[in-house]
Amino acid sequence: MVTGPANNGAKGSFDLKEVSVTYGSETAVAGVSMHIPPCAVTALIGPSGCGKSTLLRCLNRMNDELGNATVGGTILLDGVDIYGKELDPVELRTKVGQVFQKPNPFPMSIYDNVAYGPRTQGIRRRAELDEVVERSLKRSALWGEVKKDLKKHAFELSGGQQQRLCIARALATQPEVVLMDEPASSLDPISTQQIEDTIAELKEHVTIVIVTHNMQQAARISDQTAFMLRESMEAPAELIEVGETRVMFTNPRDKRTEAYITGRFG
Amino acid sequence: MLTPPSSRRRLGRPVSSRAADGVVKRIISLSGVLAIVILAAIGIFLGLNAVRALHDVGFWTMATGTEWYPTIAEPRFGFVPLLAGSAAVTLTALLLSVPVSIAAALFISEFANRRVKDVAKSIIEFMAAVPSVVYGLVGIAIVVPWVKETFELDSGLSALSGAIVLAFMIAPTIVSISEDALHAVPDELRQGSLALGNTRWQTSYKVVLPSASSGILAAVMLGMGRAIGETMAVLMLTGNAARIPGSLFDSVRTITGTIAAEMGSVVQGGLHQSVLFALGLVLFSITFAINLVADLVLEKQRKRWRR
Amino acid sequence: MNRRIRQARIAQTVAVAVTGTAAALVVAAALFLLVYITVRGLPAISWEFLTDVPRQQMKAGGIFPVIMGTLALTLATAALSLPVGVAAGIYLSEYAPRSRFTRVIRLSISNMAGVPSIVYGLFGLALFVILMGIGKSILAGALTLACLTLPVIITATEEALRQIPTDLRQASLALGATRWRTIYKVVLPAAAPGIVTGSILGLSRAAGETAPILFTAAVYYKRQLPDSVFADVMALPYHIFILATQVTGRPDDIIWGTAFVLVGGVTAISVAAAAWRSAQRRKVRW
Repeated sequence: MVTGPANNGAKGSFDLKEVSVTYGSETAVAGVSMHIPPCAVTALIGPSGCGKSTLLRCLNRMNDELGNATVGGTILLDGVDIYGKELDPVELRTKVGQVFQKPNPFPMSIYDNVAYGPRTQGIRRRAELDEVVERSLKRSALWGEVKKDLKKHAFELSGGQQQRLCIARALATQPEVVLMDEPASSLDPISTQQIEDTIAELKEHVTIVIVTHNMQQAARISDQTAFMLRESMEAPAELIEVGETRVMFTNPRDKRTEAYITGRFG
Repeated sequence: MLTPPSSRRRLGRPVSSRAADGVVKRIISLSGVLAIVILAAIGIFLGLNAVRALHDVGFWTMATGTEWYPTIAEPRFGFVPLLAGSAAVTLTALLLSVPVSIAAALFISEFANRRVKDVAKSIIEFMAAVPSVVYGLVGIAIVVPWVKETFELDSGLSALSGAIVLAFMIAPTIVSISEDALHAVPDELRQGSLALGNTRWQTSYKVVLPSASSGILAAVMLGMGRAIGETMAVLMLTGNAARIPGSLFDSVRTITGTIAAEMGSVVQGGLHQSVLFALGLVLFSITFAINLVADLVLEKQRKRWRR
Repeated sequence: MNRRIRQARIAQTVAVAVTGTAAALVVAAALFLLVYITVRGLPAISWEFLTDVPRQQMKAGGIFPVIMGTLALTLATAALSLPVGVAAGIYLSEYAPRSRFTRVIRLSISNMAGVPSIVYGLFGLALFVILMGIGKSILAGALTLACLTLPVIITATEEALRQIPTDLRQASLALGATRWRTIYKVVLPAAAPGIVTGSILGLSRAAGETAPILFTAAVYYKRQLPDSVFADVMALPYHIFILATQVTGRPDDIIWGTAFVLVGGVTAISVAAAAWRSAQRRKVRW
């Protein structure tokens, strides 16, 4: 593991330089350059269809799995080019986990869901797995509700519980970064609150990049915000502004950002 | 043939309803019930024609009899050699076909790109449309001589020849229903697994295959039902000796082969004819049970993903 | 790259190779079948073969009455099974309530599809030939084949109807049309390509069936063409069976010629139907 010079021990920082994504002949995202600091929450906001999720999927190379996407520019994770030869996408994804928009637990028990990643990495010892499962479920704030019944089938959980299970599943591989693609969009307000609390605790240890089109949510939970926009149907999405969340929401530099966060379009 | 899951439900009540609407509805509803009627009629008519056999010979005597000599002076109507023949051919065919078919379905569903997938599926569809008598013919021309030479037999007409051809015949069923089951697994699960640092193959066998396992089981069962019920190819290839086979190289006579070969030469209303109907009833009951279980499994699986 | 990932990569490559080989094997078998039948059967095809009657204990001559017999059986099957099958499909898609009874109907239909063809043959013999006294004939054979084809037609119809968006039905209903008028004028025409193609696929499969007509319609040898639906007939699949197993000194070119006519005919019609459907689909997009 090569550590970049910029981060002082903390792992999980991204540096994006002129990142673009092309589907076939259509450019979806163009010229995104930004720094994603370690152990902090970065929110990607913007109107729907503005390429937030596409950009997010570049960070763990999930775009590779979706057919004809090509990614241009460079993305460095702690100084290592994630599209370079020295890093395998499969290995990358153990360091950069993802939580999806809709909860997608596997059709197996709660325990097996969380242990899935560690088992893939070759952890077989029961005691070790037990420990990982417990720690991950505690960190995703689900432990209290399920500790008596880890053998229960994951489909029996409520939507909010399923999503926290998916967070625990992502945490179990001990990633440096967790990507979240509108993780609360299919959940009720109480579950959303729980997920947000979880995120606030998680950032002590991991970097979080979250896509949301709920601006209040971005303002509540993120340290840094990036605003993306697609100026017209034909034009690719671009990064309009990126900066500290507090500053951006009180004093945006760009007119379009101001228009968006004050609710004039989107 | 499967009906896909559909979230679309019926419409509400029509805005206006005239008498004609009611009449048409009644006629159409009547044909809706026809499937139940036919299925019941099959059971009833086979049963009625089997009454004499059940009375004169007795079910137990037929079911446990180990000799099948229907045309001698004191005929013996034991089903065991025929059941054994069907079992030998069917199980061997499954053994040959299931691993290859499931692997093929896995490739088509999980690894093949769209174009390969479309081409493979339509070619396999063609394979399912080839009449069984043609499979029998190709078997006589290629498989029978090959079995005879390779295993140095006096005749290639054997359980093995029938099973080999049958393996190809049931492959389209198993491949396409398994592929449907794999395809029905939501993509979110695959992505969830990939995002945890699994390769596509790890995702396939750890998440996709277990999730589709009941559908694949149903596919195997439907393939089995097809194999037991297959008539012409088996009749043409197995040699039709009504003895309990000692090995796969022996000539065997299946349930279906017996009915097809003997029904043409029986006395109308005679005991032999009635026994053949009883045999048909046994076959119908076996395939009915297999299909019913398979359909229930498929139904349950379809519900599972309709969340 | 660490060791675990290298191993996982190798496993992935091996798995793709193994499953790919399996898929290739199945596809190759199908292609081989197609090529083999063509290579052996095509040389036997001539104008005389298609239009002459069988001669010299069927070791020479043509297969004209055989072709006509299968054609007659298939058309009669279509006439019997299409109206009922389409009506049943309409019932399931448009009228059937969501009840336990509907579920039983659905289970019956898929179960019917799995009933062995020889069992249909026995059923046809018992009901149509013996009990109803129709005798071995086109009608008895077609009734038997119609039972066998019914589940395919019902399923094809229901599936095609389900593809039609609910909006379309509601638009018609909102204009004051009755439900039947809506189905008849709007839904059925829109679903026709799917229904027709699915039915043709089912019927072409019926044309290749031997076991159901063994005791209900097919005869060994008959020079003259059938003059009514109560006549028995020669049929392509039965002819192949007889030539391959009962005629001494198997006349190879005639057997394979007959097989080629059967497979070629069935395939050509199915492919044409599928092509027509996809052309129709391209015209109308929901």
